[in-house]
Amino acid sequence: MAFAGLTADARIIINRARVECQSHKLTVEDPVTVEYITRYIASLKQRYTQSNGRRPFGISALIVGFDDDGSPRLYQTDPSGTYHSWKANVIGRNAKTVREFLEKNYTEEAIATDKEAIKLAIRALLEVVQSGGKNIELAIIRRNQPLQIFSAKDIESQVAEIEKEKEESEKKKKKSI
Amino acid sequence: MALASLLPPELPVNRPGFFGLAGRCELQAPGPRPAPGPPGLAPPAWGLPAAGDAGIELLHGTTTLAFKFQEGVVVAVDSRATAGSYVASQTVKKVIEINPYLLGTMAGGAADCSFWERLLARQCRIYQLRNKERISVAAASKLLANMVYQYKGLGLHMGTMICGWDKRGPGLYYVDSEGNRLSGTAFSVGSGSVYAYGVLDRGYAPDMPAEEAYDLARRAIYQATYRDAYSGGEVNLYHVRRDGWVRVSTDDVAQLHAHYRGDPQGDGAA
Repeated sequence: MAFAGLTADARIIINRARVECQSHKLTVEDPVTVEYITRYIASLKQRYTQSNGRRPFGISALIVGFDDDGSPRLYQTDPSGTYHSWKANVIGRNAKTVREFLEKNYTEEAIATDKEAIKLAIRALLEVVQSGGKNIELAIIRRNQPLQIFSAKDIESQVAEIEKEKEESEKKKKKSI
Repeated sequence: MALASLLPPELPVNRPGFFGLAGRCELQAPGPRPAPGPPGLAPPAWGLPAAGDAGIELLHGTTTLAFKFQEGVVVAVDSRATAGSYVASQTVKKVIEINPYLLGTMAGGAADCSFWERLLARQCRIYQLRNKERISVAAASKLLANMVYQYKGLGLHMGTMICGWDKRGPGLYYVDSEGNRLSGTAFSVGSGSVYAYGVLDRGYAPDMPAEEAYDLARRAIYQATYRDAYSGGEVNLYHVRRDGWVRVSTDDVAQLHAHYRGDPQGDGAA
């Protein structure tokens, strides 16, 4: 789960979600589907919009994972308690800009391989963060494997590659003019 | 579970007869029973109904069996209900149709079994609506086991087998009011189970064709009804397949007796 908003609120939600995942496994003898746990988190958030003396959770979350049948899932929730399934999404202060970028550049080719998909994600973020691997964190989740978090070095090298590609394409443009 | 939690847990004080003045003093039920003495200092029997109580129809007198094989799950039950030595009914339906792909069997208290399995049916349907997929046999049996565990020690009397076919294949679980929940290839529950196991274990093979499986199940129940006084009536046979359960046959035990003796007409002519 990735989130944008109040960190303290996020920790509460994550804790509740972890407990629910185990409870589900105990009573149903099956791991949760991504949709189930998203629905749980969403209904938790909704309850807080309709109770006495409580304020809503101040986070939007992106929940990713694989279902039992192997299909990848991405869900987004927000403080109101709604949730939707997405192929690609962005949350946070500059979400709009990055979402526009993804809408233009999220194509079948761009996600054809691991490398290309990673580059797409970094390029999307580079639209709004100051250049440098120091401002980016990247994680990949692959089917039946634990979450892999990239080291700062790997990100730096990817960023460097992207910058080089940018320069080259600009050179080409200049030449053609 | 919403409904179960609304029911007040059955405390012994709520049951008539707790203080020694059974509500039906005039109607002495037949069978061995301690003479009702004054409500003295003796501690009351905790939870369990008195044996031979004519008011409660108990089904410990029963034979039910179920086994998994390559073509699904075969479920066979007798249909006799007894209250003490009185045969209350020969036509009880001891297989409960939870939904088109899940069956539950009945042994122990008839009311306990049918009530809790109806509640289970409700819970399974809610699961299906919320999660857009059928509940697994493992989950359904676990819901039932957890429901009755809350009433452990309060007098529930139920031994049931939950049978179905889900994405993991044929599923069979034994669940009882003590809180046991076991997965297995073959189970038999009830007073006649010992006799049924004998026949079942002898003839069982996981790759049997369906007809052979039906014959085995029918024979096992028949043999149990032959020796166990508390089992009898008819043999009801069900088969749970990939696309749901079907009711295979209903055979009167007396006719089966004639059949196995080599006398299909049943008129003693052979």
